[in-house]
Amino acid sequence: MTDQTYSKTELMICVAARLFQDGTTAFIGTGIPMLAAMLATKTSAPNLLPVFEFGGLGAILEDLPRAVGEARTFHRGILAAGICELMETAQRGFIDYGFLGGAQIDPYGNLNTVTIGEHDHPKARLPGSGGGNDVGSQCWMTVAIMQHDKRRFVPQVDFLTTPGYLSGPMARENAGLPVGTRPINVVSTLALMDYDDGPGGTYRMRLAATHPGVTVQEVIDNTGFELIIPEHVRVNDPPSDEELRLLREEIDPERFYI
Amino acid sequence: MEVIESGIGEMIQPPDIDGFREWNRTQKTRKLVDKRMSEQEAISRFVYDGCYIGTELYGTVRCPMSVSRELVRQGKKDLRVCGQGVLELDLWMAAGLVKKLDITYIGLEVYGTSNALRRAVESGQIEKCVEWSNASISWRMKATAMGVPFLPARSMLGTDMIKYSSAKVIEDPFTGLKVCLLPALILDVAIIHVHRADRYGNAQIEGITGFGAEMARACKRLIISTEEIVDTDEIRKYPDRTIIPYFLVDAVVHAPFGSHPGEMAYVYGRDEPIIREWVEASKTAEGAKAYLDKYVYGVANHQEYMKLIGNERLSQLVEEREKRV
Repeated sequence: MTDQTYSKTELMICVAARLFQDGTTAFIGTGIPMLAAMLATKTSAPNLLPVFEFGGLGAILEDLPRAVGEARTFHRGILAAGICELMETAQRGFIDYGFLGGAQIDPYGNLNTVTIGEHDHPKARLPGSGGGNDVGSQCWMTVAIMQHDKRRFVPQVDFLTTPGYLSGPMARENAGLPVGTRPINVVSTLALMDYDDGPGGTYRMRLAATHPGVTVQEVIDNTGFELIIPEHVRVNDPPSDEELRLLREEIDPERFYI
Repeated sequence: MEVIESGIGEMIQPPDIDGFREWNRTQKTRKLVDKRMSEQEAISRFVYDGCYIGTELYGTVRCPMSVSRELVRQGKKDLRVCGQGVLELDLWMAAGLVKKLDITYIGLEVYGTSNALRRAVESGQIEKCVEWSNASISWRMKATAMGVPFLPARSMLGTDMIKYSSAKVIEDPFTGLKVCLLPALILDVAIIHVHRADRYGNAQIEGITGFGAEMARACKRLIISTEEIVDTDEIRKYPDRTIIPYFLVDAVVHAPFGSHPGEMAYVYGRDEPIIREWVEASKTAEGAKAYLDKYVYGVANHQEYMKLIGNERLSQLVEEREKRV
């Protein structure tokens, strides 16, 4: 335990970083996923192979990338290729994890990064899919990292950009998405979620662990749909002193995100 | 073959692949011609109102910013854009030059959503947004590069991306799997910034190649801007590094610091203060206009732009480049 104070964003990054498995391949989206991946490589997953969609594979993440195409995404890397090569690597089953952000998420883990409101007359035009749809379609396991509030955790996304479980059991298979690919977790500013995707499950989002100091009720109150609440909800460990030091001194000293 | 689902998005440019072959046969010389010219000449000769145009890589990374700024200066309008961009497409949108978008991602990455995109789309100035994922748009160029009318893929399936694109879903006759068919994407004009090229257009890139190889093969006219013009002997010494052979190229623009305020791997880093200046300025239409007045309309060409930025600053960016270690 630690008595240091930390922000919700710092905690979210730490919880996300702990999900990276050493010796696996992971597609890293822009923003918070980059910080989580850097923290993971400096702690529990030194042999993580980070993949950045524009062509960087296996970079040593010494400085925080500010763009998914910049030199920090292939700094002392193994491969500096192009977007087709890495997307095709995912399509043929070589990329284990995908880490993504989004503006909205629904109970099945579907993400929206295209428009708020009607597509043709939007209230807000968001950046677009980028590689998000591809990562959610092609990687074996996808993790979403999100701010947690009712505007973002919605019953139905305004535009389904990146596939989670779509409409539930068998929906991904029926749509033609590669068999065995799936969303596994959502890391938010309040909690860690997984999915009720065991045999006979609903494939809806389920609370797995709250962040320290956050009640289950608080998570429920900030979720715009009915979240499955299991009998036992774990509590995530707070950031360690070392995790906070790495984040503040080595990963984001210029405070782009934290 | 049964079409299971068809996107309702407009086919912004029909994939006329035989027409493209004919174009390549009749309109692209195989002769070694000196294609060096200025940004002004390249834009005025090859870019026209209403053309279907794309840039590579994007706004802060190996991006043809000097050519993109010149396009704004000449006010080429009603552009149909294949989009994937940060600063360059922001400038075009802020100047009111874009009419339709085959969009995959336009945003400011670390700095969030593009306000220029928001204003242009939410006001209706951009009439159509047709949605694609990054892989899809790259594979659409790859289809053209292969000389085939479409490619099958396993992206976009099951989502609204199919609906608002011009892709189709069919059952694969070999395996019975549902696949997404991506129509070949043929640009009227493409603009690519590279590390070095010779006078004929043989071009080499260091670091990641983005979708440069595919885009160079999926356009009728190709403008190359380059950090350095080298002798053809240099190209011949390292032919394994050439990703764009000369016969694909129509214009070679010598543009040192051509990606500024973006970066160029192993040559110079990105100019964070100037990028931040755009991020702040572009929050309002007035701010964006003031930025354009200062950095685009207020200078006659790329040489004046570099003077405005100043040698001291540019040397500093060279110091901050990614180094081969």
